[in-house]
Amino acid sequence: MRSFAYDKAGDAPSAVAAGGQYLAGGTTLVDLMKLDVMQPAHVVDINGLDKQYGEIEAGKDALRLGALVRMAEAAEHPAILRDYPVIAQSLRQAASPQIRNMASLGGNVLQRTRCTYFRDPSWKACNKRAPGSGCAAMDGVNRRHAVLGVSDQCIATYPGDFAVALAALDAQVEILGTSGKHRLPFGELHRLPGTTPHIETSLSAGDLITGFTVPAAPWLRRSLYLKIRDREAYDFALASAAVALDLDKDRRVRAARIGLGGVATVPWRAQEAEKALTGKIIDETAAQSAADAAFADATTREGNGFKTELGKRTLVRALLQAAAMEV
Amino acid sequence: MADDTSIIGKARPRIDGPAKVTGAARYPSDEPAPGAVWAFLVTSAIARGKVKSFDLDEAKAVPGVLDILTHWNVGGDAKPPAPTSKGKPTTTLESDRIWHDGQIIAVVVAETYEAAREAANRVHVDYDEEKPSATFGSPGAQEEKREPGDHEDPKIGDPEKAFGAAPVKIDQRYETPTQHHNPMELFTTTCFWQGDKLTIYEPSQFVYGLKNNVAKQLGIDPAKVTVVSRFTGGAFGSKGGTTARTAWIAVAARRLKRPVKLVATRDQGFTIATYRAETRHRLRLGADANGRLTALIHEGWELTSRPSQYNVSGTESTARIYACPNVETAVNLVHADRNTPGFMRAPPDTPYMFPLESAMDELAYALKMDPVELRRLNDAPKDPINGLPWSSRSLMKCYDAAAERFGWKQRNPVPGAMRDGDWKIGWGCATAAYPSNIAPCGATVRLDGDKASIGLAGQDLGTGAYTVIAMTAAQALKLPVENVSVELGHTDLPAASLAAGSSHTASICHAVAAACDKVNAKRAQGETGVIEETAANVPNGLPDSAMDKINHGQMAISRGFGRKDCTAYAFGAHFIEVRVHGRTGEIRTPRMVSAFASGTIINPLTAYSQYMGGMIWGISAALFEKTEIDLRAARYTNDNLADYLIPVNADAPEIDVLLVPEEDNAVNPMGIKGIGEIGIVGVNAAVANAVFHATGRRIRRLPIRIEDMV
Ligand SMILES: Cc1cc2nc3c(=O)[nH]c(=O)nc-3n(C[C@H](O)[C@H](O)[C@H](O)COP(=O)(O)OP(=O)(O)OC[C@H]3O[C@@H](n4cnc5c(N)ncnc54)[C@H](O)[C@@H]3O)c2cc1C
Ligand code: SF4
Repeated sequence: MRSFAYDKAGDAPSAVAAGGQYLAGGTTLVDLMKLDVMQPAHVVDINGLDKQYGEIEAGKDALRLGALVRMAEAAEHPAILRDYPVIAQSLRQAASPQIRNMASLGGNVLQRTRCTYFRDPSWKACNKRAPGSGCAAMDGVNRRHAVLGVSDQCIATYPGDFAVALAALDAQVEILGTSGKHRLPFGELHRLPGTTPHIETSLSAGDLITGFTVPAAPWLRRSLYLKIRDREAYDFALASAAVALDLDKDRRVRAARIGLGGVATVPWRAQEAEKALTGKIIDETAAQSAADAAFADATTREGNGFKTELGKRTLVRALLQAAAMEV
Repeated sequence: MADDTSIIGKARPRIDGPAKVTGAARYPSDEPAPGAVWAFLVTSAIARGKVKSFDLDEAKAVPGVLDILTHWNVGGDAKPPAPTSKGKPTTTLESDRIWHDGQIIAVVVAETYEAAREAANRVHVDYDEEKPSATFGSPGAQEEKREPGDHEDPKIGDPEKAFGAAPVKIDQRYETPTQHHNPMELFTTTCFWQGDKLTIYEPSQFVYGLKNNVAKQLGIDPAKVTVVSRFTGGAFGSKGGTTARTAWIAVAARRLKRPVKLVATRDQGFTIATYRAETRHRLRLGADANGRLTALIHEGWELTSRPSQYNVSGTESTARIYACPNVETAVNLVHADRNTPGFMRAPPDTPYMFPLESAMDELAYALKMDPVELRRLNDAPKDPINGLPWSSRSLMKCYDAAAERFGWKQRNPVPGAMRDGDWKIGWGCATAAYPSNIAPCGATVRLDGDKASIGLAGQDLGTGAYTVIAMTAAQALKLPVENVSVELGHTDLPAASLAAGSSHTASICHAVAAACDKVNAKRAQGETGVIEETAANVPNGLPDSAMDKINHGQMAISRGFGRKDCTAYAFGAHFIEVRVHGRTGEIRTPRMVSAFASGTIINPLTAYSQYMGGMIWGISAALFEKTEIDLRAARYTNDNLADYLIPVNADAPEIDVLLVPEEDNAVNPMGIKGIGEIGIVGVNAAVANAVFHATGRRIRRLPIRIEDMV
C-alpha cells in the first residue's frame, strides 16, 4: 500500500467535487491497495452518505436500491426475497456473510476481476493494470477466465453475481456527476475490454453511483440465480445464470430475461438466447437451443475450454428449474 | 487402558482452550518485543537467473525506512540453513543467484509495517533472466533415480514375472498436484539481541532444531540462542525445518540493535517455506482369479528444487499394506527451478496411497468383487517385506465398523446405478495407514504439594499436546488434571524432537511418564517438599546417544517400518458418499464415515478432532487443493486463499469418526501409535473411487474437478 490522503464525504456534491477514489465497504478497494494494484492518491469515504443512499424501496412499479445498501441487507429483504428472487439469490450466493455485511451494492457492481495476473503486480504483462504491457493470462493459467466478450488484449472474467441479475433485468444505474444527475441502462455501465481493457466502465471521473432501479415485470416472480462453483459456498462462479421467465398457460415463453456470469468479461446479457426462447414452449430442446445461441461466439483458451459446455449446461439447468417453479 | 479411575482415555477439553479463545495465549508474533521495528520481504519475480542490480533510491526515500538488506551488504553474514535431506539448499541473500519464484532477495526494515511494505513495493530489481523449468515434462527439468539411503526400495520375489503371469492386471498412471499448507498463522519471526545473546520468537515444530540451525548459520554458539514458540497456529509440517528468513531477521536486528519483527504475507508463505510437491506414479497390480495379489510394482516420481534431493518415498509404506509375495518399488526425482518441498501432513502417504488405493478399487471392479472384501482377502498377517509381526493391526475391524455405520451393504456396485433426482450418487472406500513413530524426548516434572508443573520443549501445534501431557502427568502422579500446569515451546526446557510424523504424543508422553516415575520413586522414599526430576525417554531400538542428537537439534526417530522387533502401523478405513450433478457436474461430499485404530488414545476428544481434520483435508486434497503453476514462468499463480481452494463447512457437512479400541503392547510401553496424519491418508482415493461409482469415470489425476465431469 502507498500513502494516500483520506477524506470523509460530508455530502454528495462535495464527494463528487473531491474527485477521489470512493471507499464504500472497502472489500475490493483496500484489498487491491494492499496488493499495490490500485494506488489512489486520494480516498473519499462515502459511508457517511448512507442516510441518503442506504434505502431499499420496493414500490409497485420498481425496486429501488441505494448504492450504500449492504449486500446482506438486500439479500434478506422480504420484498426482494418474494418478488425479486433472482436478486436475493445472486447476493446470497456471493462472497461470505462477513463480506456481505461490509460490502455495498455500488461497490459490488464495480468490483474488479480476480485474474491472478492482474492482482499481482510482479507479473509485468497485464493490459488492464499496465496498458500495452501484454496479457500474461492469454497463454498462462486461465481456467477461470472468460469465453464471452473477450478480446486479444484481455480475457479477464467479471467476477460478480449481483450485476448479472441487474444486467438481465433491464435495471438502470443512477449517477451523480460533476454536471448533475443522470441515469444509464445497466448494460451500458460496463465496457468490453476491446483494445482498452483498463477502461472498465463508462463512468467519468467523480461519477458517484447513487442507486439502481429494477422495473417491476411479469417475469420476476419466476426468476432465479444458479451459480456453479468448485466448492459449495464462498467461491466465485465458474458459470452462473440469472434467468427470469414469463410463461403463458401453455408454458410458452412470452418473455425471457437471461444474464450470464463467470463466463464473460462483463455482466453478460444473453439476448440471442432470450430471442431463441421467445414464443417457444419451454422444454429441454428449447432450453438447449437458447444455450447454444448464448455461447455461439464463445472463444476459449487452453485452460477454460470446459466453460462453454459448462455455461450452456448451467443455463439449461437454470431455465428448466425456473420453468418448474410454482408461482 | 481406561478404567473408572483412569484419566487417560477419557475425553477432556483442552486445558489451553480458555487462553486461546480469550486471546491470552501468546503466539510468537504476540510476544512483546519493546521497541520492535518491522521487516518486509522483497521476493523475486522470476524463477531462474540473477539479480543484476537493485535500485533502492525510491524505497529508501519512504519515511521511516531504516535499512535494506540485500546480497550487496549482508551476503556473507549468514549461511543457508542445513537442509532436511541430501543435496544442497537453495540460497537467498548469500548471492545474486535466483533458484525459484518468490525467493527472498531483500529485506526492508522500517519503523512501521506500512512503511516497510510500501518501501518493499518501491524496490526496483533488474534481473538477468534465464528460462526456467517449471515441473515434470518442462524443458530443462532433470530426472534422476533416487538411490537407497535415507529411504529404502523394498523388493521381494520376482514381481515382473509374477505381473506378466497374472490373469488379472491393473497397470495405470496417477498424478497428485502441488499443495501448500497455508496454516492459519502466517510465517512470522521476531529477533532481538541482548549483547551476544539472540532470542527468536517464531512458530516452530522443533525449537531445538531452529536454535541449533540458526546458530550454525550465524556462526555463533548455540548456547547463546533462545527460541520461543509457546503456541503455534497450525503447522502441518510447514514449520518443521529452518527456513532462510530467520537468520536474516537476526542479522537485521543485529545491524539496527533493535528487535525486528517479520510477519510474511500469505502469498510469500507459498515460496519462503516448503510445500507438498507434485508426484506421478505408475502402479501395477497383478492378482489371481480369486483376487489374491500376486504382484505389486510401484514407481514414483517427485518434484524437487535444483539442488535438493528432498523426497518422501511413500513406497516404503505402499509395499507393505497388503499381503503380496512379489513387490518392487522405485522412486525418481525431477529437479526444476522451484523452491524445495518439505513435510506436509502424511508427507509420503498422502500422495502415494492415492495410486495404490485407486488401483485396488480398479482391481475390485476387474474382479467383480466388493472392494472391502478384496482388502479382507489381502489383509497381511505380517509385514510382507521383512516378515516381522505387526505390533497390532486392526485394518479389517476398522473396515467392518465403518462399513456398518455407513450402510455399505445397501450399495449397488454398478457405476451410475444410484441416483437422487439429478444427482448421481457414488460410494467409495479406501485404506488408511500410517507408521507408528516415536522419538527421544526429555521432560521435567516439578511437584509442589498437590500441584505439578511439567516442562519440555515440545510443541502444541493446535493438536492438543498441552492437554495430553497434563493428563499423562495427572494419571502418573495421581492428581486432578486441574492441578497440573504445562510449559512447552521454549529452548530453556528439556529437548523434545520435531513435532511431526505422528510421533509427538508417543514421544512426549513417555518422557513425561518417565519423569513422573522418578518423582513417584522419591515420594515412595518418603521425600516431601518440592520434588523436581528430569528424565529422558529414548525409545527401544535407538542408541542412548539419540537424545544428544535431539539436544543438538538433529533428527533421531524410531520409524514404524524400520524396527527389528515388529512393524508398527496405525490403520483405518474411509467410506465416503459423493454426489455429482448429472447436468452441471459439481462434485459434493455430503457424508463420510471413517474408523481408526491407533492403540492407546489418551484424549478421545482431541483425537477425534485430529482425525476429523485429516478427513476433511483429504476431501480437500481430492477435490480442491492445487497450487497452479504458470509453466512458462515457473511461478505460482493462485497464492492466496480466495484462489487456493480449501473446503468450507458446507463442503463437509457430516464427518463421522469411529475410534476402534485397540490394545498394542508391542509398539511402545504406553501403546501409543499416533493419530495426527492417518486421517488424511487414503481419503483422496476414497473420493476418486466414489466418483467412479457415481459416474463410471475413473479420474487418476487430482484434484478431480468439474471439467472432469462435464
Ligand atoms: C474473498 C472474497 C470473495 C468474494 N466473493 C464474491 C462472490 O462470490 N460474488 C460476488 O459478487 N462478489 C464477491 N466478492 C466481491 C465483493 O462482493 C466485493 O468486493 C464487494 O461487493 C465490493 O463492495 P464494497 O462496498 O466493499 O466496495 P469498495 O471496495 O469500497 O469499492 C469497490 C470499487 O467501487 C468504487 N465505488 C464504491 N462505491 C461506489 C459508488 N457508490 N460510486 C462509484 N464508485 C464506487 C470504489 O472506488 C472501488 O473502486 C468477494 C470478495 C472477496 C474479498
Ligand atoms: S486477462 Fe486481462 S487482467 Fe488478466 S492478465 Fe490479461 S490483461 Fe491482465
